[in-house]
Amino acid sequence: METTLSPSVDLHRDDTASKIGMWLFIFTEILLFGGLFLVYSVYRYRNPVAFHLAHQELSVTMGFINTVILLISSATVAIAITAIQKHNKKLTMMMLGATLLLALAFMVNKYFEWGAKFDHGLYPGSELMAGLGHGDMLFFSLYFFMTGLHGVHIIIGMTLLTITLVKVKKGSVNPGKYALLENSGLYWHLVDLIWIFLFPLFYLIH
Amino acid sequence: MSEEKTHVVSIKTHLLVLFTLIVLTAITVLITSIELGPYNTAAAMIIASAKALVVLLYFMHLRFDEPIYRIMFGLVIAIFAAVIVVTFFDYLYR
Repeated sequence: METTLSPSVDLHRDDTASKIGMWLFIFTEILLFGGLFLVYSVYRYRNPVAFHLAHQELSVTMGFINTVILLISSATVAIAITAIQKHNKKLTMMMLGATLLLALAFMVNKYFEWGAKFDHGLYPGSELMAGLGHGDMLFFSLYFFMTGLHGVHIIIGMTLLTITLVKVKKGSVNPGKYALLENSGLYWHLVDLIWIFLFPLFYLIH
Repeated sequence: MSEEKTHVVSIKTHLLVLFTLIVLTAITVLITSIELGPYNTAAAMIIASAKALVVLLYFMHLRFDEPIYRIMFGLVIAIFAAVIVVTFFDYLYR
């Protein structure tokens, strides 16, 4: 009955399975946002003029800056994975830190963007919203709900990346075991992926 | 760990991909600022899909991973496409 192996040696680990699990979760997220995009398409198809007029309230510059911020942050996460594969712990941590800063910049932009609308009395449940035409109300409800849900995903992504950064620092995420970094990276790219569609659909209606 | 199976994407590739994505974003903004009638939305969506594909293939490593991930992803997109088609058939021909 005596065993010389320490319990940790027997710990089961399957990186492929964990990555497939992450992808399965990402699929549920794609279908969640996909459903919302579908709702958006149908309402836009039924209220083309209202959607066109309402979208002019949004700043293309702000949206463009936020798009570029998210694209860069996706690249930094991707580079962090390359760095850990190349046994460069310092670069991995730097890239994760950069991603977190960029994510914060995105949220600050969002704060000012939403804040300006709130100041004008435009927020879900406000009197101004209730007085809007049917199409405009749908546009802004979808705008607040979809960018809001996306913002929640940014916060979750930031939490995941922070945990990963701490674990990289401690060494429990290392060049031989970095599934957590890969999976949080995948989640972060998903956030970027959703924004790639949100930006043209809300800011660039012609 | 099968170290030799892991494909390491170079930092240079990632930077090149990032550059491509930013250029595509700029093109989307420019293309939607000119009048193309119904083609504006189509162009914006095609470019967005191209960007998404680039992110999936390079940043999310789909191009370098085992085929199982690509197959699963393809199935999910096929399901979503079917839902879109069915919904719009309903709305257009009701």
